[in-house]
Amino acid sequence: MPDPVNRDAIAVRASSLSKSFCMHLQGGLELPVVEGASFEVRAGECVVLGGPSGAGKSSILKMLYGNYAASSGEILIRHGDAMVDLAAASPRLVLAIRRETLGYVSQFLRTVPRVAAVDVVAEPLVARGIDAGTARERAGLTLERLNLPQRLWQLPPATFSGGEQQRVNIARGFITDHPVLLLDEPTASLDAANRRVVIEMIAEKKAQGVAQIGIFHDEEVREAVADRIIDVRGFAPAHAA
Amino acid sequence: MSAATALGGDLATYNFAYLDEQTKRMIRRAILKAIAIPGYQVPFASREMPMPYGWGTGGVQVTASIIGPQDVLKVIDQGADDTTNAVSIRAFFQKVANVSVTTKTREASIIQTRHRIPEEKLQAGQVLVYQVPIPEPLRFLEPRETETRKMHALEEYGLMHVKLYEDIARHGHIATTYAYPVLVSGRYVMDPSPTPKFDNPKMDMSEALQLFGAGREKRIYAIPPHTKVVSLDFEDHPFEIQTFDEPCALCGAEGVYLDEVILDDRGGRMFVCSDTDHCESRRADGHRGRLSPDEAYAGHGKTEGEAVR
Amino acid sequence: MTMLDETPLLSVTGLSRYYGERVGCRDISFEVYPGEVLAIVGESGSGKTTLLNCISTRLEPSAGCVSYRMRDGESRDLYRMSEAERRLLMRTDWGFVHQNPADGLRMTVSAGANVGERLMAVGERHYGRIRDTATHWLSRVEIAADRIDDQPRAFSGGMRQRLQIARNLVTGPRLVFMDEPTGGLDVSVQARLLDLLRGLVNDLGLAAIVVTHDLAVARLLSHRMIVMKDGRVVEEGLTDRVLDDPQAPYTQLLVSSILQV
Repeated sequence: MPDPVNRDAIAVRASSLSKSFCMHLQGGLELPVVEGASFEVRAGECVVLGGPSGAGKSSILKMLYGNYAASSGEILIRHGDAMVDLAAASPRLVLAIRRETLGYVSQFLRTVPRVAAVDVVAEPLVARGIDAGTARERAGLTLERLNLPQRLWQLPPATFSGGEQQRVNIARGFITDHPVLLLDEPTASLDAANRRVVIEMIAEKKAQGVAQIGIFHDEEVREAVADRIIDVRGFAPAHAA
Repeated sequence: MSAATALGGDLATYNFAYLDEQTKRMIRRAILKAIAIPGYQVPFASREMPMPYGWGTGGVQVTASIIGPQDVLKVIDQGADDTTNAVSIRAFFQKVANVSVTTKTREASIIQTRHRIPEEKLQAGQVLVYQVPIPEPLRFLEPRETETRKMHALEEYGLMHVKLYEDIARHGHIATTYAYPVLVSGRYVMDPSPTPKFDNPKMDMSEALQLFGAGREKRIYAIPPHTKVVSLDFEDHPFEIQTFDEPCALCGAEGVYLDEVILDDRGGRMFVCSDTDHCESRRADGHRGRLSPDEAYAGHGKTEGEAVR
Repeated sequence: MTMLDETPLLSVTGLSRYYGERVGCRDISFEVYPGEVLAIVGESGSGKTTLLNCISTRLEPSAGCVSYRMRDGESRDLYRMSEAERRLLMRTDWGFVHQNPADGLRMTVSAGANVGERLMAVGERHYGRIRDTATHWLSRVEIAADRIDDQPRAFSGGMRQRLQIARNLVTGPRLVFMDEPTGGLDVSVQARLLDLLRGLVNDLGLAAIVVTHDLAVARLLSHRMIVMKDGRVVEEGLTDRVLDDPQAPYTQLLVSSILQV
């Protein structure tokens, strides 16, 4: 966590970021989805990517996480004391950035079978060297806040309802103190009460100086959390718009 | 007219000690190599012998290659001079080498043995020739010869302790009682042939030369005199030899290896020296056991005991 | 901020293996760093097992170099070491988990002896300590302590595989090779094994090279992956990147062929 928070510090800077899929199974069809995306996000800021479905919001977020390879452009991210280009980083560097700098809350939960919910949530802390007991305790507190019944904590989340899985996922994403957080529709299947908890958590992260970039379809949430909205239609490929 | 008849009319003429001289030289070279590398199994071109495998073809070839007209031969089978295998091999060498034979350990220059070491301490100049069925101590755990040879070459002997571990896990103690593996001269792990582990300490720093011949497996190995021979064990389960609760029923000897002899079908039995020469010598010296014929003649069950001997 | 450890544990350069005229694998280069799990994926015949055997000293490569950083920090060319050194490495600093547990276990000795063998091989001569260590490792791979004297012949496939893992890990290796570790197991047993492997790899900071044709296994276990076809590397990178945004035509085919449940 940057301390003291320097709200002018750039946490993420994307420049001329483009993504095009080459579909080899369809005779090498080129499918451009993003072109020339450039934006900056500062510490403590929550930026929402806006635009209709299929406009490339999700692709941008995945490129920012290193999950999609950028076709061209740069993604500078403040990793420790340096700005590192994630788009050009080696896999090992990407993993180090994810471990220490960059968190991700996705819509969908992908977990190993048989692992208890509380351990799924605690895992990012354990990966950063926090002892298992403390990590589990903090995981419990986060799950409690998200109103996940305690009787579920020791069960593997694969059997949970969509909303329950989502909350496990949110807890896992928010539990660390990563200075940059990517939020991929974290409130999609939540009830009003839990949505409010997530809004609170995002606000807390902002206060701590965490830079957040998110996709929110829910207007209420978007209004509540967004400092700025970047309309990704501006990054639509010329002929696809 | 055959060549033999021309040479003197005796159809049963063999080369001295049965094997031809080329074969003896080949085996002697293997023996010399074996002595030079204590505990190492030297391959040799084992010959067909006029007896089946398992009856001592390896030991007989070693004996045939080292025996000379002046030698005095003793042959024992499980310690006894008078069982079929011992009697046959003794007769064989009388016939093909015309050597003197004895049952007295002290008088023999070569002792061929199946599965025992005599109780009497062997002397410098004596040679003990063991008949070996399976020379490879690692065989039962590692069936591939290429692999066991590599393991010997690289001194990878962890597997040997796996066998002892299994014993303790299963029986609470090392239950291997014969063919108990030893480390020779700090280098090669060796199978001492199926002698009882009781005899293992006798191999250590022995004054006699010990030669091992495996005919079917075509291997010769050796322990030269004054060589360190250590039985493998664990720190918390040290090597121990067998002990017996009672002395020999015939000669009263203690601290010797005993055989159990069933006397009748009513549970009668006695324990007697496995080494017949040792037992007889002691009795000749006036030692007596619980069931010695002199005292026990009036008793019953003696006839069966005699028959077994 | 932790710095990246820049010295690889295993480094493969220009490695090729031919079977006469046929290519097993050709001109392969990659590195594995401490604590990193690398998956090698590809269909049958793609050369992944040849590659695994070449880098684990089980099969001499036709060309190229495999070097390994020993515990003393010195990197050594595996094929310039003596056989004795290579074999010592294999039973102390390395593990090898075979697809078929019978290839990696001694089926006729007890589970305890299977685990204890490596300890005895490096000179442990205290039965009590060997047994305690074996018991500990059996529990880590979720085998009940009262099965310690049973032979693996009496174990289920999943238990055998877990036993094989314990047998490999008992000497605290730094690098473990795995050849289709979950192949041939029921799906439910696979899941349990994967979870166990993942936990062990994390807890022990092991580096691992996992050969698999199962992309789900690669996703769950590995950080990075290499995709092979016809003996060559067609794509490599971060595991989730390769699986979610495959670039090479073959990888796209492979990923699109996964059955969805």
